[in-house]
Amino acid sequence: MELIQQLVNGISLGSIYALIALGYTMVYGIVKLINFAHGDVFMVGAFIGFYSITILDLGFFPALLISMVACAIFGVLIERIAYKPLRNATRIAALITAIGVSLFIEYGTIYIRGAQPEAYPDGIVPLKTLEIFGVKISGQSILILGTSLILMILLQFIVHKTKIGKAMRAVSHDMDAARLMGINVNNTISATFAIGSALAGAAGVVFGVYYTKIEPLMGIIPGLKAFVAAVLGGIGIIPGAMTGGLLLGVIESLVSAAGYSLWRDGVAFVVLILILIFKPAGLFGKNIREKV
Amino acid sequence: MTMLKQAKFFWTSIVLAVIFAVVMQFLINGGSLNQFYVNTLFFIGINIILAVSLHLIIGITGQFSIGHAGFLAVGAYASAIMTMKLSLPFPVALLVGGVAAAVAGLIIGIPSLRLKGDYLAIATLGFGEIVRIVFLNIDYVGGASGMTVSHFTTWPWLIGCVILTIVVIANFTNSTHGRACISIRENEIAADAMGINTTYYKVTAFAIGAFFAGIAGALYAHNFYIIQPTNFGFLKSFDILIFVVLGGLGSMSGAVIAAILLTIISTYLSSYPEVRMVIYSLVLIVMMLFRPQGLLGTKEITSFFKVGKAAKGGVKHDNKNPVA
Repeated sequence: MELIQQLVNGISLGSIYALIALGYTMVYGIVKLINFAHGDVFMVGAFIGFYSITILDLGFFPALLISMVACAIFGVLIERIAYKPLRNATRIAALITAIGVSLFIEYGTIYIRGAQPEAYPDGIVPLKTLEIFGVKISGQSILILGTSLILMILLQFIVHKTKIGKAMRAVSHDMDAARLMGINVNNTISATFAIGSALAGAAGVVFGVYYTKIEPLMGIIPGLKAFVAAVLGGIGIIPGAMTGGLLLGVIESLVSAAGYSLWRDGVAFVVLILILIFKPAGLFGKNIREKV
Repeated sequence: MTMLKQAKFFWTSIVLAVIFAVVMQFLINGGSLNQFYVNTLFFIGINIILAVSLHLIIGITGQFSIGHAGFLAVGAYASAIMTMKLSLPFPVALLVGGVAAAVAGLIIGIPSLRLKGDYLAIATLGFGEIVRIVFLNIDYVGGASGMTVSHFTTWPWLIGCVILTIVVIANFTNSTHGRACISIRENEIAADAMGINTTYYKVTAFAIGAFFAGIAGALYAHNFYIIQPTNFGFLKSFDILIFVVLGGLGSMSGAVIAAILLTIISTYLSSYPEVRMVIYSLVLIVMMLFRPQGLLGTKEITSFFKVGKAAKGGVKHDNKNPVA
């Protein structure tokens, strides 16, 4: 029973990782950039959710929506201001810019509102704890899972059934060819950032409801782990990010359950290094032959 | 003729550095420098070693490593164990710190240097974090509360290590091995095709960089009285990375100048840590947008004094070439 309980916890945690990892993987797939600032968009999302619940006195779903919209705008702003001028620059320049943007958001937030943590109020979610065969599933877990599942299905729909999704797939396949086919590459990239950031914002609110405590530097570790999840599933592949996130969450909970909770953060990186050494393309990835 | 000139330049620089070291020693002993300036000076020295050692890995060999604080941590803890737990003398601890970090560099480098670019960056970041978490969980070295260390870092040791680091890495860069490393930075596949054992050179550069980072760690540990795992998080790695990037990837004098400037700036801003980080990050973004090659690019500061003569050796670096 204990094991199943931990599995349930792991899946809840993993679905948060999966939501963040989706943004990473989409952005990487389209512009080949590790968007280090993605974890900080997640943090901003958590704070926007917090302020709309406490100050505007909204419920969970309106707060989630506000946070997603605000984060989408924020993500597009980041892309337009910091990343767009660097589209033809070296990879290292783009990576360093991403690190710079990440630090700027973190410490800008601390500068504006201070470093003190905030706590999400209780009772936002009126769901009761379910008990199935002795396994307790809290209302929050169900909410997290439900929200994540709905958002992922929505994302699959957008990517595979809409025009913008088709454009996104085309640009990630070959940017120049897509431009020749009359696709507006800049708008498509912005849309990718918007969708990815909206998912991160949703993950932020869900994280706040589940773990209560939020603070300006909270995005770093989940952000890095979500990146690990994206690499685990095969970076650039959307189902890979979901699987990788869930898998990582379950692995972490099992490690905690085995009594090594202090090593939990280390395990994610061990997983990362193992996957990079043995299957660098990720679980769902295909090997690409290198051409000179 | 050029050989003679180079040797002359080399010895002049060494003599100048030694004169500088002796003068500073007299100033410190005579008390004309107050403790604040002395501390800043020590901090600058440690940061120069870190910047130059990372410069070898990123700037010369082109391997984008962002886990340098991990090697710093290994050196700091290994040397602190030597002096505090085993009561060995400080020079031994210094050496052990360097060797331990070099071994860590080998262990990390051999598997992860097969990766390229972004993946290597993330793998090294992961290794840096693993090192921190390992120290956090070992009770022998104090866990999260850290380890108290006596103050052994003195000016002669510090400046000696700084000069040694610069001399070794400058000479390495100009040697056959260094040129092999530069060729890997410029184009790994072409280097491979020219018969250069790329893995060997990448790992060597990585281990040498780690060795000096370990020495810096030993100096760091014996300068600050206490070491804690939180001192070696990836923010520390980013700090070191910023020195190298701002100075210019591939320019050692650039890295040194950036280390000096940024250490002074951050010392003066230390009472406003968040303002410091906001300025740092803005500088980083603006720099990448408008001058992605850094302050000096791949040039050395000395090449600005040779008017009308193209700098020899170094590489004409065209910015479009991906470094990582």
